[in-house]
Order: sequence, then structure tokens, then C-alpha cells
Amino acid sequence: MDESPFWEKELETFPTEQLRALQLRRLRRVTELCERSPYYRQTFREANFESSQLKTLDDLRRIPFLTKEDLRASGPFNFLAVPQDEIVRVHSTSGTTGVATPIFHTGEDIEAWANLVARCMYMVGMRRSDVFQNTMGYGLFTGGLGFHYGAERVGAMTIPAGAGNSRRQIRLMQDFGTTCLHIIPSYALYLGTVFQEMGLNPAADTQLRLAFIGAEPHTERMRERIEELYGIKAYNSYGLTEMSGPGVAFECPEKQGMHLWEDSFVAEIVDPASGERVAEGEEGELVLTALHRRGMPLLRYRTRDLTAAIPGACACGRSHLRIARIKGRTDDMFVIKGVNVFPMQVEKVLLSILGVGSNYRIVLETVEMQDRMKLMVEVTGGLWKGDVQELSRLRDRLVEGLREEIMITPRVELVEPGSLPRSEGKAARVEDLRRNH
Amino acid sequence: MAHQINVFAQNQPGRLEHMTKILTEAGVNIRAITISGVGDFGVVKLLADNPDLACQALEAEGFSAFKKEILAAVMDDRPGGLHRIFNILGGAGINVEDAYGFVVKDRETAVLLMELSAIAEAEQVLAAEGVEILSERELYEL
Repeated sequence: MDESPFWEKELETFPTEQLRALQLRRLRRVTELCERSPYYRQTFREANFESSQLKTLDDLRRIPFLTKEDLRASGPFNFLAVPQDEIVRVHSTSGTTGVATPIFHTGEDIEAWANLVARCMYMVGMRRSDVFQNTMGYGLFTGGLGFHYGAERVGAMTIPAGAGNSRRQIRLMQDFGTTCLHIIPSYALYLGTVFQEMGLNPAADTQLRLAFIGAEPHTERMRERIEELYGIKAYNSYGLTEMSGPGVAFECPEKQGMHLWEDSFVAEIVDPASGERVAEGEEGELVLTALHRRGMPLLRYRTRDLTAAIPGACACGRSHLRIARIKGRTDDMFVIKGVNVFPMQVEKVLLSILGVGSNYRIVLETVEMQDRMKLMVEVTGGLWKGDVQELSRLRDRLVEGLREEIMITPRVELVEPGSLPRSEGKAARVEDLRRNH
Repeated sequence: MAHQINVFAQNQPGRLEHMTKILTEAGVNIRAITISGVGDFGVVKLLADNPDLACQALEAEGFSAFKKEILAAVMDDRPGGLHRIFNILGGAGINVEDAYGFVVKDRETAVLLMELSAIAEAEQVLAAEGVEILSERELYEL
């Protein structure tokens, strides 16, 4: 193939010193911009920091970390660095009242984001001639629109299929000759069973050749199963709403870690407890500073995702940092079907519906190749007055309340008092039995 | 008025064994049992000779149990005995939530136990038609 494997060759292969110089220039610009946002004006003042004092990349450490709690506590408008008129889009992390974190974008922010996603998709071989089917949910969730814009930027014909409706997904693949797929890994495996039910073989009866998989944790083994089932190559994607969405880091064809785009982000990997940087190659929490956003620039954001930098140069020729597959979280958040869920959200729904606290346990499991959330709740005297109908209704209300809050339909099981372990910490309430994790 | 014990139980092997063991050890005699199941859980309904003691014993072992008022009507153990009771209640527009029965003396007397929302009204119309209603004491002394 004489065609370039790079979307932006110069940027992607920048020698390290030049990349650092570019980061410093962009970091100065973004900290200057931050001085226009109420949150950072105050934060910089308290930290005795001014953007003009930023001489080296290490000076970034003078700026305090930003946590999800800070984002929530301060209110999203306090982070705006441009007049609100310039905002053209809002995305939000999952969850509804109280937990959602809106992230604002200017037109330029959307352009820059789309370009990063395009770079990722091009890197693994998607081209103008491809047909891209997006099976991710659209809406506030960034996975759907992020890839949609990236694919159009590359010039592929984009099918905005959205989530669900498996038979229609398969029909679309056949009608339009889909070659590239954006799909949640557990859904890819499930969809394989629907192909079978329809008497079809996903490898032989489609034109598929590439899949972008992400939005939920998965193992190397799971990737291999997807590749085998569909007869394709599948690449791991990393992103988060607070850093615009997908397009933060992505695997190259070498599949030896994900390249984190350092022209657009400064990445630090820190000890979650001390906040100090860990030695290269050691596991720690990923902390990200976005260099390319104007509307709502965020500095040193604690992602709570655990990873490690992979030392050495990549055979693909790209100079940008590689990070390992995300190994877990530093908090009790879990990801199911692409949705971030905090046990606190579940607790809130329980309390509002039951009126009293009750011992509960969240079990994440794989049933018929689909990930499922099971909520087990102990039935105590305060919850009913002896009628079985009361309990059926209670269960229905819990399912509905949780679906509204976390946008996942759980299976609710009512269990006898004392049958669940008493948990000390919050994290102990969640048990992850999913086979693919 | 008579009472039964409603106990929440998961639909799993060994739960009834556990429950009846507790009642055996407490010296409670069970005259009748029925289960309203809803998939993976259900409510076990027990007619015990000492409902308060049964309730206490079950709760002490961690079960969620309630004493529930029921209506115990005596019927003839022959064709039409059960129909007569439901005919009276249906005629009065009274709905039966749940019911079960047991035979006291073969081919002679049986008892029908009913959960009703309009329990006082049901007692009245049945008594007016000459149906014998058992008190708690009478029921357990059968």
C-alpha cells in the first residue's frame, strides 16, 4: 500500500523534544485561557500561580489537581473560558440528577475532537471508501457522536445506527456493505449469537474488516474472540467525557498499547494516594490536561483510571506516549454497557423508593454473553406488610427507578434478611463476575 | 378473628426446611401451608397453633414475618360446599385475595381460609347466611 498510514504524519511522528516544545506552547495558551474562567481565576490565585510563570512542562505541577467532585461542586458554568454564546454543544457523563457532569464545547472544540477521532480511525486503516456503522448510543453519551464526527471527517459513509435492535443492525450491515464497526465488546459477542439465529456467519456473510471497541473494560482474550468471530481486526479505544470523549488514546496496528495524543493532552501517571508521579512503566492513575479545548479547558483532571506508560518506541513510527489497557479504577465506579455507574446512585434510588436503608449488593454478571447488572435487596419488615403483591410492586418500582437514574435496566432480586454479606466499605457492595473482565 | 403467618422467602432449595425446623424447635404446630410464589421469591403462608410464637421464632432467626388476619369459614366436605361460600361472597361483591383449605373430618367438615380486603364485611354476609366462622381459638382447637 503506497498510501500513507498517517492522518497527520508530521504531528504523529514528531521527535520527542519537538513534541514537548509544542505541548509547552499549547499549555501556556490554555492556562492563559483558563484565567478567563471563574474557577481557574480563583484556583490560580489560591495556588499563587499565573500563566506567565509557566516556563517548563514541570511547572504544570504548581496547578492543583481537578477531581470529578470539584467539577460537580463548582458547577459547570464556572469552568467556561469563553462567553456562553460560543458554546455549541453540551455532552454529559451518564447519570441524571446530581451526578451528571456537563461538558461544554465550542465549534472549534468539536472540530478538534472530530480530528482526533479521525486520526484514530485512520491509524487503524479506515479510509474514505469504507462504510462505517456506529452501534453506539447517540445523545449525551460521547461515544456515539464522537465516532460519528470522526468517521465523517475521514470521509467514510457513516450509518448512524445507534444502539440496540440487533436484527436491524445486521440488516444494515448487509444492505450497505458495512466494513467498519464501532461496538461495545460485550455487545459484539452477543450480536454474534443473533447472526447465528438468523442463519448467518458474521465472518462470511458481511464485508466487515475493522472494529473499534471500547466504552467498557475488556481483556485481550475478549478482543481475540471478537476478531475470530467476525474475521476482523479490533482495536481498543480510550476516552472520557471530561476530555471530550473518545479520541484520547487509541491502539495502532501494532496493538502494543494505546497512543495517547500528546499534541492535545498532557498525561501524568500518579500514585492515587500521594498524587506524586510514578516511575515510568509503573501503574498509577492517569491525570490529563486537555491542550486543545477552548470552551471548558480542564487542567490536571484525575481520571480515576489506572494504567501504566509503556516505555520505548513503537514500531509504527508514532512518537506519542503509549498507555496500557485500563486496569481498573481508583474509586468505586463501574462501567456496564458503556455507562458509568456509581454505587451511590443505586443507593440513592433505593433510599427514595424504600424509604428506609436496606442492605444491598450489586452483582455484575454475564448472562447469554450480555453483561447484566443484578441488584439484590434484603426484604426487611419495614418494606412490606405481608402481601406478596406489595413485593412485586416494590421490585417493579426499583427496576423503573434505577432505569431512570442510571439508564441500565437491572434485574432486581429480593432476598431474605441477613442473606447478603454486611459490607464495610462501599466498594465491597459491588461484585464483578463478568467473564470478560 | 383468626391469623396466619406470612413469611418472605427466596425460591431456593432448603428455605422451607429451614423455616419448618425453626417452628419445630419452637414447638409450633402447623395446620396448613400455602405458598404464593412470584418467580424467584414468594410468601409462605402458615396456619400455626400459636401465631405470635411462630412469628417471634421466625423473626429471631432473621425471617421477615407478619401476622395476617384471615377469615376461617367452616364448609361441608362434599360437592357444592366451597361453591356455597364463594357464591355468597361473589353475590355481595367481595373479592377474595387468596384462599386455601384443609379437611377437618373426611367427607364431613372442611375449613376454608381466606385473605380478603373487606374481611369484616365478608364475615357479616357469611354469618347472615348461616356459615360458621371460626375464632382463633376454635380454629386451633379443631
